[in-house]
Amino acid sequence: MEEILSVQNLRKTFSLSKKQQRLEKSGGKIKVAVDDLSFQAYRGEVFGLLGPNGAGKTTTLRMMATLIRPDSGDVRVAGSSVCENPEEVRGKIGFLTSELKLEEFFTPNYLYDFFSELHGVDPEVSRTRKQALFDKFGISDFAEVKVANLSTGMKQKVSLVVSIVHDPEIIIFDEPTNGLDVLTAKVVTDFLLELKTAGKTIIVSTHIFSLIEKICDRVGIIINGHMTVCGSLAEVTGGAALEDRFFDIYKETVGDAV
Amino acid sequence: MSGKRKSNTLTIMKKEFARFFKDGRMVLSTLILPGLMIYVLYTFMGSAMVSNFSTDETHMPSVYVCGLPESVTPVLSGLGVELIESETGEVEAIKQRVTEQEADVLAVFPEDFDRDVAAYDVASGAPAPDVTVYYNSASTDSAAAYQMVVAALDGYESMLANRFDVNRAEEEYDLATEEDTTGQIFAMMVPMLMMIFLFSGCMGIAPEAIAGEKERGTIATLLVTPMRRSELAVGKILSLSVIALLSALSSFLGTILSLPKLMGAASETMNASVYQIKDYLFLLLVILSTVLVIISLISIVSAFARSVKEAGTYVMPLMIVTMLLGLTSMFGGGAQESLAWYCIPLYNSVQCMNGVFSFSGNLMQILVTVGINCVFTGVMVFILARIFNSEKVMFSK
Repeated sequence: MEEILSVQNLRKTFSLSKKQQRLEKSGGKIKVAVDDLSFQAYRGEVFGLLGPNGAGKTTTLRMMATLIRPDSGDVRVAGSSVCENPEEVRGKIGFLTSELKLEEFFTPNYLYDFFSELHGVDPEVSRTRKQALFDKFGISDFAEVKVANLSTGMKQKVSLVVSIVHDPEIIIFDEPTNGLDVLTAKVVTDFLLELKTAGKTIIVSTHIFSLIEKICDRVGIIINGHMTVCGSLAEVTGGAALEDRFFDIYKETVGDAV
Repeated sequence: MSGKRKSNTLTIMKKEFARFFKDGRMVLSTLILPGLMIYVLYTFMGSAMVSNFSTDETHMPSVYVCGLPESVTPVLSGLGVELIESETGEVEAIKQRVTEQEADVLAVFPEDFDRDVAAYDVASGAPAPDVTVYYNSASTDSAAAYQMVVAALDGYESMLANRFDVNRAEEEYDLATEEDTTGQIFAMMVPMLMMIFLFSGCMGIAPEAIAGEKERGTIATLLVTPMRRSELAVGKILSLSVIALLSALSSFLGTILSLPKLMGAASETMNASVYQIKDYLFLLLVILSTVLVIISLISIVSAFARSVKEAGTYVMPLMIVTMLLGLTSMFGGGAQESLAWYCIPLYNSVQCMNGVFSFSGNLMQILVTVGINCVFTGVMVFILARIFNSEKVMFSK
């Protein structure tokens, strides 16, 4: 198995406001969001990051996508470092998260071409790829409707398609099925599996156990910024249901305060 | 690599233009409304002023006189007013009528006016005979009649002791050329107006395109593409500058077209054709570089703001400074001579425009201004790119 993505001792802190310092029992001026976090992902696998709200999943993904810089540690994406060569990394990954919005004034068709151009995709390649993706996600029907007038599900589909205009090696999706109905969610999960078949590496963060069980080869459980358990799905669950296993691990780490 | 870099800047510019020009509301509110509003407003103001200060042509002012001496009668009766002689006892009643705007003017002459005037010796230092003229400044008819009466009496007074004349012949004594008059008015007005138009043009679009994108989370989507931050900064500043320039042009056209109506007769002495192509070319260069400076300043302020509204608040002090700099063209003795003044962005623009319009500008000043402005914009682009790279600024909530 070829290692394509390596997260090395990643650490990220945020400074707290005076008010928040009083609320946090620790009394420190900073909040450690991600602490000494490491894991690897291999070519062609789906890696799931599982954790409760506020565990540091999104912060980790944002560092991997070069939106924010780690305080220390590094992420190497297909040989490029997010600290030294963020531009190279951006060309190799597709990043989807709810905080990346599309300009509502434009149509899916325009936005696809725009981002394709920014990624430097050959126009000919771009055209055929767009046709295929639009057909797969049923976007062709509303390709000329302004994003503002699309439903949540449609917007999510367009965001997803736009995030992979450059056919990236590594795809990082933060809560990809959030806010989608079961039918649309299935289209997305099926597509992720399809990408995997095509040899892509996929990192997904989620708190939905069934999604992990369905598509992930390996899984890492993040609690309070630490990577608590990391391994193949079978190793982590030990034959039990992932949900039960997660609660056990959570109890061991945090105590009974579930 | 460099070819690719250029295309990303172009891609951003194309997107900004598409965002603007395909949005009818934006085009209407930024390009059409400013010029139209200024035109309508100035035209309305001009015609209101004309009608306010002109008196009713058919109205015959009623001038009450008390103790009118025979010597003055021909002077006043030649004025085309209705002369009504009245008694000393009626003075209070007539004053009341002037207050109520029923009568226009009341002139009261002292007794034995002619004799006293003839006997009066200027060298004696004693008070001269005094004519009292009552009027009501709230009525334009009364005020006009008052001026006529006073002017007539002044004329009579100087006629009594005529030792010499000034400008008696009916010829043109003001030797100012049309060029001088136009230059003086333009050099005073246009730099200030231009700065205001340029700034408001920039202010209408830059906060929306930068703070707005940040507020809506669309800039983050751009930041995860391999495009350089500097490409984004250059693309934004160039495209916004073009749009701001068009907006300022709209305001400028509105002003120029309505100016004759606003200034009335005074505009006849002005003629924009006194300027040569060279002057307009200088002006264009100065304006282009000024827009770059203003847009880059507002862009940086907007990048720090968390919302369009916040950006608007932060830009206000900058706007006040720009307007004050614009005002400097109205005071002082024309454009600055020393080149050092032309190294201060914004101030140099005002001085250059002043110089061009008053025919005192020179090529060196223009070149220094444009050069400084371009360098300044370059530095601002560099800072903006750094800001786009700063997670603290870009993702602060």
